[in-house]
Amino acid sequence: MSTQAIHSEHIESETGKLGMWIFLFTELFLFGGLFLVYAVFRAKYSNDFHTAAAELDTFIGTLNTVFLLISSMTVAMSITAVQKNQKNLAIFLITITVILAGLFMLNKYFEWSHKFEYKIYPGSEVLKNLPQGELLFFGLYYMMTGLHALHVLIGMILLTINIFKIRKGTVSQSHYLHLENSGLYWHLVDLIWIFLFPLLYLIT
Amino acid sequence: MKNEETHISSYTSHAVVLIVLLILTFISVAATSWHFGAFTVAVALLIASIKVATVIFNFMHVKHESLFIKAMVGGVFALFAVVIVITFIDYYLR
Repeated sequence: MSTQAIHSEHIESETGKLGMWIFLFTELFLFGGLFLVYAVFRAKYSNDFHTAAAELDTFIGTLNTVFLLISSMTVAMSITAVQKNQKNLAIFLITITVILAGLFMLNKYFEWSHKFEYKIYPGSEVLKNLPQGELLFFGLYYMMTGLHALHVLIGMILLTINIFKIRKGTVSQSHYLHLENSGLYWHLVDLIWIFLFPLLYLIT
Repeated sequence: MKNEETHISSYTSHAVVLIVLLILTFISVAATSWHFGAFTVAVALLIASIKVATVIFNFMHVKHESLFIKAMVGGVFALFAVVIVITFIDYYLR
């Protein structure tokens, strides 16, 4: 590759990454708004939030945190693997990331269905009869974890696309912006969970 | 954006970062289960902030990015902190 081609490849990578960061900032403020609503209502209805948060299973929350942290590492390692031209290793690491994301979603499914069994879901009669603060807690819980789970699903799709792109050669040692940006997106999913976990599961 | 050399992070460094993050997670779970009043929230959020900074600097490679991206990321997080502080000042002074 000529020096000029390397230079233009570098500029493309820099601008592409910059665009991704700007998008991530909008995501930060999307969840940030929800964090603020949570914080203000928590200050207003601290006793109700305490009672409602005690319903959540800390073990499941911790397990999901561990899944996401490991997946963040494997996706970061997959970039190293692509940079070192270790295609198979990169595909293996991304596959592990997608599997861990799947386990996260499976856990979420069990957690939500457990709540549904007790008729705790948005709009249910049980939830409507709870004190105002508890109602708000569960509303925010479903909204925040639901929106986060949607991001997990999108991340899984983006990472799976990368597996095909590496196989095809469109993501390679010299051109891996798509994988880098998908990785950045995946780390954002992890970052949001890092805050959601103590707010919903730990601070009771 | 002057530096055109690509930094390749080692597998070991990523593994070390993961171990640090896992230790911080378990500290956070243990610390909040002791219940020391109002400090519990502060401790949990402080640990979460350290974890977030660790992920941003290492896994998201901000450590090796250009000064421009570093300044932008720092600036946006500072702006976010200002938004939170202003909201709470507004909330408590009503």
